[in-house]
Amino acid sequence: MRLVAREVRRALAGAAWLPVAFFLLVATIVPFAVGPDAQLLARIGGGALWIAALTAALLPIERLVEPDRADGTLDQLAIANVPEEIVGAAKIAGHWLTFGPLLLVAAVPGSVMVGLDGAALGRCLVALAIGTPALAALAVAVAALTAGLPRAGALAGLLLIPLAVPLLIFGAAASGADGGAALKLEAAVALLIVAGAPFVTGAAIRAARS
Amino acid sequence: MSALLRIEGAALVRGGRLLFEGLDLSLAPGEAAHVTGPNGSGKSSLMRMVAGLLRPDAGRVERAAVALADTGLALDRELPLGRALRFWGGPRLAEALATFDLERLTEVPVRLLSTGQSQRARLARVMASNAPLWLLDEAHGGLDRDGVARLDAAIARHRDGGGAVLAASHVPLAGQWREVAL
Repeated sequence: MRLVAREVRRALAGAAWLPVAFFLLVATIVPFAVGPDAQLLARIGGGALWIAALTAALLPIERLVEPDRADGTLDQLAIANVPEEIVGAAKIAGHWLTFGPLLLVAAVPGSVMVGLDGAALGRCLVALAIGTPALAALAVAVAALTAGLPRAGALAGLLLIPLAVPLLIFGAAASGADGGAALKLEAAVALLIVAGAPFVTGAAIRAARS
Repeated sequence: MSALLRIEGAALVRGGRLLFEGLDLSLAPGEAAHVTGPNGSGKSSLMRMVAGLLRPDAGRVERAAVALADTGLALDRELPLGRALRFWGGPRLAEALATFDLERLTEVPVRLLSTGQSQRARLARVMASNAPLWLLDEAHGGLDRDGVARLDAAIARHRDGGGAVLAASHVPLAGQWREVAL
């Protein structure tokens, strides 16, 4: 719990608003890019919000694990007999708390930008609520995998986006009409990612030491 | 009494280079060893191996609970020193702050600490942990004369209280130390 609180505090002291601002910016440029056709926008709006969420998830990756590796915090946690998997789980929980809810709030004005109506916004919010924990988990796992490498930021993007594709497919589909089955599949993918990510993170932290 | 540290025939390879092999070392309560050797001879790697952060490529390492002071500060830069140290807790934090004369700095953000003050903070974390085995990697670096005296006194008290110390350092250390040359 203290680890989670530490993650939340560090994120808030840093730039927790940055991914959200980025999310809104991407949502804003969609109508500029595809034109003001309301019907077309409403049809692609859910998917556009998902792309915005995915790119926003990339932004904080470099501050999730690397600072703790560089200043020895991860080493001291190991010496204090805290399993790396617990560190990973705490980082995921802390990261989601400062990323998921803010993103859901930002999705409300974001949905206006891409012309979603109330019902579509509701579906999109549900899909994002299920998907953001998985995005946070992927971000932490990828951050741990790339910690300490040169050009880690770009590499993290290359790693995260393909891994997020199943989530994106089902999440975007669940945001559209008749998305019930897609929502279940999205939940299944998200569950798999959230359950597996702490172990990937833990193994990556251990591997980075040797 | 049983040893706080027992290394038997340990070998360590880093980056394809053999740092040491057949290393035997044991520290009983009250004992201390001073690891010496040129830069790159594996002093810090030995410390990390004993701390459990590196696995020996051969041999065995058995040890009691340890506390490590190395180059990593491991304190939140934005927090005041007192709160940053409290994150790591430890039953002897107040005593450690007093020992290293950090009490007047508890409200200062970690990022504003000088090199020597940061070093005192690392040592305070080690002492606060109450671990019986201290691993000090170049612990005297950056300390002023007062800081060195305080550290030497803390080490002496730790040993009198049944603790052991493994220190890597280029400078001669005060008191009785077993020399371990790498």
